[in-house]
Amino acid sequence: MSELAQFREEVSAWLKENRPPEPDFLLPETFMEVGTDSQFHFLQDWQQQVYEAGYLGMAWPKEYGGGGMPQAYQDIATAEMARLRVPFMTNTIGLNWAGPLILQIGTEEEKQRYIRGILSAQDIWCQGFSEPDHGSDLGSAQCRAVKDGDEYVINGSKIWTSLGSYAKYMILLARTDPDTESKYAGLSFFLAPMTVSGVEARPIQKMTGEYGFTQTFFNDARIPASCLMGSEGQGWQIAMSTLTFERGVTGGQAGGLSMLAVQVEDVVELARRVLRDGAPAIEDPLVRDALVKFLIEEHGDRLCTARSALPALCSERPAAIALSGKLRSTEHRRRVCQFAVSLQAANAVLWAGDANAIEAGKWQRSYFNAFSATIGGGTSQVQANIVGERVLGLPKS
Amino acid sequence: MLLDTATDFFRDKSTVNDVRAQIETETGFDAGIWQEIVDLGWVGLAIPEQFGGSGLGLAGAVCIAEPMGRRLFASPFLSTQLAVQALLAGTDAQCAQWLVQLAGNGVGTVAMVERAGDWNLQNCETSISVRGETATLAGTKMFVLNAHVADVFVISGLCDGTPALVIVPVSCIPDGALTRQTVIDETRRSSELLLDGIEVPAANLIVGRAASVALESIRNAALLLNSAEACGGIAGALDLIVEYLNSRTQFGRQIGSYQALKHPSVDILIGLERSRSHLYHAASLLHADRNAEVALRMAKAESSESFAFAGDRAVQFHGGFGFTYECDAQLYLRRAMWCQYQFGDAAHHRKCLAELLL
Repeated sequence: MSELAQFREEVSAWLKENRPPEPDFLLPETFMEVGTDSQFHFLQDWQQQVYEAGYLGMAWPKEYGGGGMPQAYQDIATAEMARLRVPFMTNTIGLNWAGPLILQIGTEEEKQRYIRGILSAQDIWCQGFSEPDHGSDLGSAQCRAVKDGDEYVINGSKIWTSLGSYAKYMILLARTDPDTESKYAGLSFFLAPMTVSGVEARPIQKMTGEYGFTQTFFNDARIPASCLMGSEGQGWQIAMSTLTFERGVTGGQAGGLSMLAVQVEDVVELARRVLRDGAPAIEDPLVRDALVKFLIEEHGDRLCTARSALPALCSERPAAIALSGKLRSTEHRRRVCQFAVSLQAANAVLWAGDANAIEAGKWQRSYFNAFSATIGGGTSQVQANIVGERVLGLPKS
Repeated sequence: MLLDTATDFFRDKSTVNDVRAQIETETGFDAGIWQEIVDLGWVGLAIPEQFGGSGLGLAGAVCIAEPMGRRLFASPFLSTQLAVQALLAGTDAQCAQWLVQLAGNGVGTVAMVERAGDWNLQNCETSISVRGETATLAGTKMFVLNAHVADVFVISGLCDGTPALVIVPVSCIPDGALTRQTVIDETRRSSELLLDGIEVPAANLIVGRAASVALESIRNAALLLNSAEACGGIAGALDLIVEYLNSRTQFGRQIGSYQALKHPSVDILIGLERSRSHLYHAASLLHADRNAEVALRMAKAESSESFAFAGDRAVQFHGGFGFTYECDAQLYLRRAMWCQYQFGDAAHHRKCLAELLL
């Protein structure tokens, strides 16, 4: 057996042996839905356990707390986590965006200081990009950072802060100069502590009735000037690098899952169990056709990911697969969940908590939550603009 | 490597003016360029070396068919590949006789589909009766590609109630047996073939296990190469759209800046990339001699629907000009519809996939 195959068996055995028992509360499906303390601590403990076993940050440098191993090992570990459907890694923003960014452009001190805590989930990270009035149009962010001696004074507000109630640090995009000719040039990027006074994270109730996001208010919050990443005015450029990590365009992430995978196979199983006109829904030709369409799409996206690693097969538009990844995967997830609800006839309207809800209302909740991904991190509509302009070369909208 | 060579070749040899000029000709293709393709060894890619080919396998033909589709290039390439696949299942003597001819500059074709237009290769009404050393055919075949220039026909039928194939040289096809069909894709030449009374030596039969293998190989090749042509076609249609969206101005803006046009263009791109991924995956499975049925049906379903969408939008996005014969969008839409409905439409393949996967 090859070394990698052996490793796959080892991870798989460890995950089966150590996966935490099902808790007596509903677990969130993505890092954007961690809304209660018990959910949070359950997931934080699990991430720590996985990290300590050596299955997270495997390809990150050893000197900062990573495993110093080839990426192939982490990919296998992550794939096994997905296959065995263990809980996801809750410190997603640290693991997938802030961490890779710090490793890519951070100072030696920043790497020493932040990376280990990101991996162990001791230091939870959140992201302060969107503002109440500036969602998709990030470049117009107004939250102010004013230098005062060896501190910056922050005033303003950020919204859709996942894990805002639990985060120790925030990657913060703030305006240091309101008078620049280009709105982009006045922005700066901070690795900001959330624990200073003047920072308040107020939970936002989502359409599901659950929590998971906060609106974060900065009221004369003072952070050390050393929190500035790069120099003043580089904020936009650094934020864009962060977004390439967020949108999965470049590698470098610590690994692990950030959400429970929604698989068409699960909807196929649902279709076997629910009835339509007195027979299992899976016998209905229209249902069968729709399921196969989803399978073709799911399979196609998986093959796209595999193909994108082979440049010779992507020579025409090398960025097409990577840049369309978020658009494809999040819209697929939303439509699959929506379809799963549609299989339930009148029961489709039963919400989580109702005794008769099918699969405890999982699909209704998943469908609603799927919007967090089609909206967050750049809406699908903005994503389509980006792909149209950067990949196809169409004029700006 | 091969893909790059073929991409350059068809870009140079098949401009849209060339395509339109060939539409007006009887044969529908340029014999000189066809000879170049034969000389480059592309026709013999899937023919073993001992029979005059290069033995690279069918997967290599994808690298030819995709750029060919992109430039709407017409030739007997596809029909000959299908005949080759059928003949590969034949006896050594049959291969030695017929494959060698096709590896030269012979043109092959297959006659499978009948009036019902059904692409289930086991379903046919054509009969093959054997008496002594002679096989006699009865029935009618439709959608026989390039029949008017074919040297070798491989025809399906029922022999004693079971599916069989028969190899028919053009010398055995009587005058008047072929009637050209008027098809939506004007770059194609497709014929109805009346089989009644056609007689060939019984040695030309492919029966039993070999016939099942041949039918499966024809299906595999048809799905693979049709998907490859469709992928090329989507890419060509997308190029046409992007070029127009970047040049046409309305209400003082380039029309590509309007999201109503930009976003569906992105959908076409996504369809193209998903189709290509399915296609290359299917090709690699075939190349490794693994079961590729699911992959091929997925590739066909995805690519033909994506191409149909691309062709449809290409017309619409050209506005009034799009409605004219002069606009090249119609060439892609016509080709897309041909690809969509030949060799089983998307719904047919999804139905088969449902049986395999659900």
